[in-house]
Order: sequence, then structure tokens, then C-alpha cells
Amino acid sequence: MTTTLTRGTGHGTQPDPGALKPTRHWHLKDLNWFGGSFGWLWLVIVMLPIYWIVITSFKAQSSYFASNPLAPPTTPTLDNYRLVVESEFARYFLNSVVVTLGAVVPAVLISFTASYAIVRAGHRSRFLRSVNALFLMGLAIPLQATIIPVYLIIIRLQMYDTLLAIILPSIAFAIPLSVLVLSNFIRDVPKELFESMRMDGATEWGTLWRLVFPLTRPALVTVTIYNGLGIWNGFLLPLILTQSPEQRTLPLALWTFQGQYSVNVPAVLASVVLTTLPILILYAIGRRQLLSGLTAGFSK
Amino acid sequence: MTTLAPPVARVRKSASSSGGRSGSVTWMALPALLMFIAFGVVPLVGVLALSFTTWDGIGTIKPSGLTSWKATLSDPGLPHALWVTFLIMALSWAVQTPLSILIGVFLAARKRYRGFLAVLYFIPLLLSSAAISITYKALLDPNFGLGAGLGIPLLTQDWLGRGNLALGVVIFVVSWQFIPFHSLIYQGAVRQIPTSMYEAAQIDGAGRFRSFISITLPQLKYTIITSSTLMVVGSLTFFDLIYVLTAGGPGDATRVLALDMYITGFQASLMGPASAIAVILVLVGLALALVLRRIGGGSNSQSQLEGA
Repeated sequence: MTTTLTRGTGHGTQPDPGALKPTRHWHLKDLNWFGGSFGWLWLVIVMLPIYWIVITSFKAQSSYFASNPLAPPTTPTLDNYRLVVESEFARYFLNSVVVTLGAVVPAVLISFTASYAIVRAGHRSRFLRSVNALFLMGLAIPLQATIIPVYLIIIRLQMYDTLLAIILPSIAFAIPLSVLVLSNFIRDVPKELFESMRMDGATEWGTLWRLVFPLTRPALVTVTIYNGLGIWNGFLLPLILTQSPEQRTLPLALWTFQGQYSVNVPAVLASVVLTTLPILILYAIGRRQLLSGLTAGFSK
Repeated sequence: MTTLAPPVARVRKSASSSGGRSGSVTWMALPALLMFIAFGVVPLVGVLALSFTTWDGIGTIKPSGLTSWKATLSDPGLPHALWVTFLIMALSWAVQTPLSILIGVFLAARKRYRGFLAVLYFIPLLLSSAAISITYKALLDPNFGLGAGLGIPLLTQDWLGRGNLALGVVIFVVSWQFIPFHSLIYQGAVRQIPTSMYEAAQIDGAGRFRSFISITLPQLKYTIITSSTLMVVGSLTFFDLIYVLTAGGPGDATRVLALDMYITGFQASLMGPASAIAVILVLVGLALALVLRRIGGGSNSQSQLEGA
């Protein structure tokens, strides 16, 4: 059953097409040479800026201009990090955590129940079909375009310059894709299992949590990670819906920090490292889950 | 009245009992529906309504008929913003698609060193657009950046100070940020291609390059459409990346539609015209989605493994 549910991730189910023994050696060599060198070239393109960020963030501002930009610092310093941490980094970090958790958890939960309703009763209920169509339409619309009325609504709700102002639209913007991915996976749950739950006298609510929830956990992880990354890195909503430094989230703090210390490149880069570090740590812990999770819904 | 209710309910229940109980699940869709209406549908209708008003973002909103639309449509900035948006969309698609397919195919092979490379390849996925833009801004600085430090004149150009160069930088940075994600999609798709197809091709004497052209690419057709849709519709929302990197400049060389809306509305305090631009943005997004769906044939149900 797990294979039907996770077929998007393609984990070890099929042997590798590239591992086949070739019949024409010269052809294989050509392509391998090309693919191999291209792979390493791309590695350089990806890693060079990242390497540069990390080493520069440990350089003193004075030595930054004097030294070779690609050489590691001769006397590494933590001053840049100290400067960033002293600029209320902890508060911005906490704000980002609150916004991300506060938006992702409810967004995934309500998308999950909505997907369940759409899959279970969508073929009978015209209402649920139109709800689904509405969400699908939301996928085609760049939701950023609605930012001006969102701003107006937030002002009228007296929520301007609060974290809730970022959370509420974030939840709404996360719904369309979450429902699409989750309902695709719920559809893969075999009908007989629903039937036997019904025979056992389970309510729909019970079926949702005891049957569908465990079986669609990979999809739930997918949408949680995908939305979580998007909201953690979100810039437009905090930029427009908050104003005071106390409500800043990390990307916005990064941007204002860069405005303040633009000449102090090492300090700016230290702030880049610090804002990315939490996600990098998560990536190091749950890389497999994160990568397969990110695309499980897309490569179906 | 109340006595009549139970039989009705019973009838409805028995009529739908063939596929399980219904009705009782409808409420589960309501929280998501309400949230989406409040912060998705209402603003969408609202943006159309606001485009027929005059508002500075703080004071009262005054209906003003077609004034905002006239101002927006007669502004030479609009066709320019549309053109820049289109240019960035088309060029970043043309750069990202072949590279993502190549990297996806490259990573799909189960070789250990490629697994290691993949870990590093995907790091840009984790960074925020703001962080990426800030990094490249510092990296490309003609006085303090990489080029100046290494003393390579070719790299010491004023990358963000000249129109075409800045546009090129935006496309490069966009590709740097998003190729990992699309490679990941292609990697998954390539691994789903049945091995039997490659075996058959081999028996017919096809080399690896030939197999790539005749099997891999056609089998990736739907993935290419999915990935392209995400790229194209996504390119309408490159607001934060461009805003932090160039702020639309130099001049208006990289002022895309989303940025035009923000600057008009939140910096020039012309919410009416900004709403009109937003309406245009929505229409462009919808039109693109429709076109891409037409290209895709809308036939996702058709087996992708035909002939396997």
C-alpha cells in the first residue's frame, strides 16, 4: 500500500536506467564525459557563492577589502555574528517561528479536512465540487496580486503591524496547493478500507484520523515542508503588513540589516548565514524526507 | 415541521448510502473555504473594485470611475513592465528547463557520488529570495565584490548598474535559485520511466544519447508541462528577489509587473492604479495557465507509460 501512496517519490522501486550495460561504448563515454563535467561545473556554480558567504562572514571588515575574496580568513573572527545577534536577531527568529508554525499547522489541518470532504463526497455534492474548483482556480492566480485588498482588510480588522496579519493571509495562500496535493493522495486510499471502516461503525471524523491520516502522512509532510519553507522565507507579506521593528520576521530583518550595514559586507553575510542556519540544520537532519517530500506531490 | 424532518433526512441518507455516508463531511471543507474566501476571493474581487477608486492607502476610498484605469493604461511604464515580465519569464524558462532536465537525468542515476552532489545541489532551495539577492548584490559589487577582489576586469563590471546586464543577472539568480527544485521534479520523473523501455531500445541498438532523445524526453512530456507551468506562473511572483536585488532598476530595466504594482501602490501611494495593474497581473496569470493547459492537452489521465 505504501508504494501506491509514495509512488511520486520513486524510492528504490525501480532499477536505475543508467546502470544498464551499454552496447556502444563510445557513445556512452561521450555522454558520461559530458554529464560528468557538467555535473561538476554546476556544483561549482552552486557552491561558490555559498562558500564565499561562509568564509567572508568570518572575516574582519578591514581584512575583507585587503584579502583575496576566495581565500579563507587568516584570523577568523566572530565579531560579525556578535553584531547580528546584538541586533535583536533572537526576536526576529522567534517572530519567524511564530508566523511559520502559526500559519502552517492550521493551513495543513484545514486543507486536510477539506481534501477529505472533497474526495469522500465530491462526486455527490455539487457544493464540494465547486469548492474544489475554487481552490484550483487559486493555483492559477498569482496571489500577490491581491495584496492591496489584503492590506485594506488587515487595516480594517485592526490587525496591521501584528504577526497575525502575516499569519492569516499565509494560511489562505497555502490552501490551494495543499488541497491539490492532499486530495491526490487521499484518492489513492483503497475504497475497501473506507468500506470496512464504515462497517466497523466509524464516523467520518474517526475514519479521517484513524485511517486516512496515517496513510497520507508522506503527503502531509510534503505540504508542511513546502508551505513551511515558503512562509519562513516569505518577504512580501511582512513587508506590507507590518511596520515596527518588533514585528519583523527574518527575511525582512535581513533586508533592513543590509540597508543599515551595506558597507559591512562580512556582517551582512553573517546575517545571511544566521537566518539560513535553522533550515540548514533541519536539512541536515531530515534531508531525505525533505527532498522526497518537496516533490512527492508534483511528480505524480 | 420538525416531525417532517427525520423522514427527509432518512431518504437522503439511503439514497447516498451506496458510496458511504455523505452530508456529514461537508462541514470539514468549511474552515478552508472560509479562510480562502476571506483572504483569497474577497481580495480578488476587492482588487477589481479598488481599481475603480482613488485611494492613497491611508485616507478614505473614493469611487472615481475609470480614472485609475485611464492613468494606468496611458502610462508608458505599463507596456514596458509587461515586456520586462515577459522577457524574464521567457528567458528564465529557456535557461532553466534544459539545465533542470540535464541535472535531473544526471541525478537520477543511482551512483553514490551523485547522491552526495545532490545534497549540495539542493541547498539554494532552502535560502530565502531576500538572502540570495543580498548575497549576489554583495558578490557582484564592482568595488567590493568578487571581481574587484580577484582583480579580474571581466567580473568587475557594474552588473546591476546597466540595464541589460541587470536583466541578465536577474535571470541568472532566478535560475540559480529555482533549477534545484525543478531538477528534483525531473529526477523523480526520470526514475519512474520503466527500465524495460531502455532495455528494448538497447536491443534495437540505440546508444545512450539516442535513448535520451527517443525515450527519456518523450516520457518526461507531462513533467515538462508541470515544471513549465510552475516556472511560468511562478515568474509572475519574482517580487522579493528583484525588489531586493535591483529594486526594479537601473531606471526601470527590471521593473516587472508585480514590482510596478508595489511601487505604484505602496511607494507612490496610488492604490487605484496599482489595483488596475494587479488586475492585469491576475489576467496574465489566468491566460498563461489556460494556454499551458491547452498545450498540455488537459489529458493527464492518459497513461504516460503507453507502449511500456
